[in-house]
Amino acid sequence: MRQNEMKLEFDSRSCNESFARVTVAAFMTQLNPTLEEVADVKTAVSEAVTNSIIHAYGERRCAEKAEKIEIICCIRENVLEVEVRDSGCGIADVKRAMEPMFTTKAECDRAGMGFAFMEAFMDTLEVESEPGKGTTVRMSKRIARENPLQTAGIPAHMEEQEQENPVLLSADGHPEMVSAERRRADGWSKPLR
Amino acid sequence: MDSVFTIAGTVMRIHLPAEMDHHVSEQLGGQIDRLVQRKHIRCLLFDFADTTFMDSAGAGMLIGRYKTMRFMGGNVMAVNVSRRMERVLALAGIHKIMDIYETVPSGL
Repeated sequence: MRQNEMKLEFDSRSCNESFARVTVAAFMTQLNPTLEEVADVKTAVSEAVTNSIIHAYGERRCAEKAEKIEIICCIRENVLEVEVRDSGCGIADVKRAMEPMFTTKAECDRAGMGFAFMEAFMDTLEVESEPGKGTTVRMSKRIARENPLQTAGIPAHMEEQEQENPVLLSADGHPEMVSAERRRADGWSKPLR
Repeated sequence: MDSVFTIAGTVMRIHLPAEMDHHVSEQLGGQIDRLVQRKHIRCLLFDFADTTFMDSAGAGMLIGRYKTMRFMGGNVMAVNVSRRMERVLALAGIHKIMDIYETVPSGL
């Protein structure tokens, strides 16, 4: 089973939003995703991180001790799992918060579409929160295309080819088997001392 | 901030940056509001030609500008909208409140 994990921790500042989504995008490239899939994940990560900055930590930019946001990414087979964690104010009514257009900050240009975007761009979404403790957003996305090098593998006829008898192309273009003895006799492959 | 404002009469064209997230749109929203007031703008033209990324915070900024312009009897449009950006705009319900064009309509 193919598995790979990474963990990222950064300060709750809006300038880190692009850093967070680009880092996750870079991590997921090993799944050989399409540009569309990368854009989907970037948007979802951006939503989760922005929520933590705006809502969980209430945009306290000049806080003496900067609060942290944690992202844990895990690849299992061809599924990318992303977890965004904060230890901010938490959400009292998760169900209501996830309703499209619901926002507690309508006056500051908030669309109230954060969770709706995460749901739309990822396959699964799970929100765990406790007021005063913090919020954890877990989401996953199956990356449809398998790594072509992994699925295709090495063609059987190439794998079976022994070092001892390499295929050479003769002058008329046909493959020709050359034995190790003949190579040595020809003088172009002398055994090492 | 690599966005550029082009003003022609009461129309202001805003060349949006490559990435429209919360960080960028917050600064941009304030800049647009100041210019709209100072230059008596009645029509906003959001140009998405260079934009490859937008999340709900970026969409929220557009909705906010739409609200202020409607309040003053103005108009808001989006031009050079790519497939990806159109999907994001549709998800946020912006296609219902704004005219969206794949290119720049003639006469603008």
